[in-house]
Amino acid sequence: MLIGKPADIPASEITPKRLYLNRRNFLAAVPAAVIGGRELLSPSGRAWAGMKLPNVQKSQYTTSEKQNSYQEVSTYNNYYEFGTDKSEPANYARNFQTSPWTVSVEGLCNKPRKFSLEEILALAPLEERVYRHRCVEAWSIVVPWVGYSLSALLQKVEPTSKASYVAFETFFDRKKMPHAAGLQFPYVEGLRMDEAMHPLALLAVGMYGEALPPQDGAPVRMILPWKYGFKSIKSIVRIRLVGSQPPTSWNVANAPEYGFFSNVNPHVDHPRWSQASERRLGEFRKRPTLMFNGYGDQVAGMYNGMDLRKYY
Amino acid sequence: MLKKRWMKALLFTLTLAPVFWLGWRAWNQNLTANPIEFITRYTGDWTIRFIVFTLSVTPLRKVLGLPDLIRFRRMIGLFAFFYGTLHFATYIWLDKFFDLSDVLKDVAKRPFITAGFTAFVLMIPLAVTSTAGWIRRMGGKRWQVLHRLVYASGVAAVVHYYWLVKSDIRLPAMYGVLVGALLLYRLAAWARKRVSATPVKRPAAAISPGEVR
Repeated sequence: MLIGKPADIPASEITPKRLYLNRRNFLAAVPAAVIGGRELLSPSGRAWAGMKLPNVQKSQYTTSEKQNSYQEVSTYNNYYEFGTDKSEPANYARNFQTSPWTVSVEGLCNKPRKFSLEEILALAPLEERVYRHRCVEAWSIVVPWVGYSLSALLQKVEPTSKASYVAFETFFDRKKMPHAAGLQFPYVEGLRMDEAMHPLALLAVGMYGEALPPQDGAPVRMILPWKYGFKSIKSIVRIRLVGSQPPTSWNVANAPEYGFFSNVNPHVDHPRWSQASERRLGEFRKRPTLMFNGYGDQVAGMYNGMDLRKYY
Repeated sequence: MLKKRWMKALLFTLTLAPVFWLGWRAWNQNLTANPIEFITRYTGDWTIRFIVFTLSVTPLRKVLGLPDLIRFRRMIGLFAFFYGTLHFATYIWLDKFFDLSDVLKDVAKRPFITAGFTAFVLMIPLAVTSTAGWIRRMGGKRWQVLHRLVYASGVAAVVHYYWLVKSDIRLPAMYGVLVGALLLYRLAAWARKRVSATPVKRPAAAISPGEVR
């Protein structure tokens, strides 16, 4: 097994004393790192990107598979706001400003509020999680992300019992993103509440121990390793707790091809290509795709009794 | 100048330039994080470009008044086939690794593969019969009719590209407009020929015994 079996009490709910104490150091370190970075360097994406993230803990939600290189993960991106060719975002997002940044968490919750990037960084201990990432286009990568479970953020705003879905929105400004094409913007995504609260659902701020570069969705994005990559929305500015299933960008663009759930499923082909296998970047031969991208032990229970052909 | 021998050599070198560029990028390990996808795209792009080039020769001859351009049409057409073959080989070899049952499933099941496969297969008889010997053996008229298959190949190539993209249809749409315009030019030329031919034919038709009113 590549991922450790989750304990009865998810590790995300246990805070070891050592970590708790570290967190205080961390709290002290973050404003210095971030604010210092902002004032000493130019307030561009570059100042944020590549900043070493302090006190990153190991996580049990980690695969031991060979990781892709930083170069691969940062030059081969689907980020249509910065161009539809995968080589374009690395160029066109170069000067994208990701600091200052705020994420508004609102909707059906008791304590809606805005979080600054500094607050997000300090909200929970940062963990490094090496996840498999499977694109709907049948390629895959293995990336060491840095972040924590989205549930930590959602719990802060106290979702009400009426909140049954979570809607996400990506930053959009046509002037800063003149190469945006192919979709309606802003990009929106959504999860069912139980999916959003699942410990594997990662709110990521970094990769390879550093702050995310703009083309990989800086400064804060979702990573949902059991779903196709486009569900893992980038550069989040708004998270809304809602009562019904929210629209999602690819589903709006082409509903027969991209469903709301979009769980990785080798048995349900994309209408135009097979999803049975994938090419891991850096490998020559294709490898078989795993159900839920190999995270079935953790997530399959959420979809019990659902016809996954119908809810693709 | 178009009649000069070295023009053909120059054009031959130019049309091979994309291969050298690909080789150079491969040598420098600059084929992106997904080299197989990159090579597939690259060879596909050049195939459809050369189909557009070869379809442009006749209209350009007429519009620019350069009948000698005909000297290059065969070479350009053969290069369209050459890049098409590279594209197909990339798919069969690098992508599918000669898993022929998988390829057949693809061709039958995936409309965009079916269209691309059609575009490629239609070019094969044209490449085979591209020699002077074949023109002589077939006779100019029949040879010309056969070589109109390139129109179907061009349309199938555009459809292949259009069905392949996820949502950004700008490039396939551009090739669609180009191929469409080049085919419309031929349709217009054909219609004009018929119209201008009619007055000459009509008196003859009027006395034709076969005509029933």
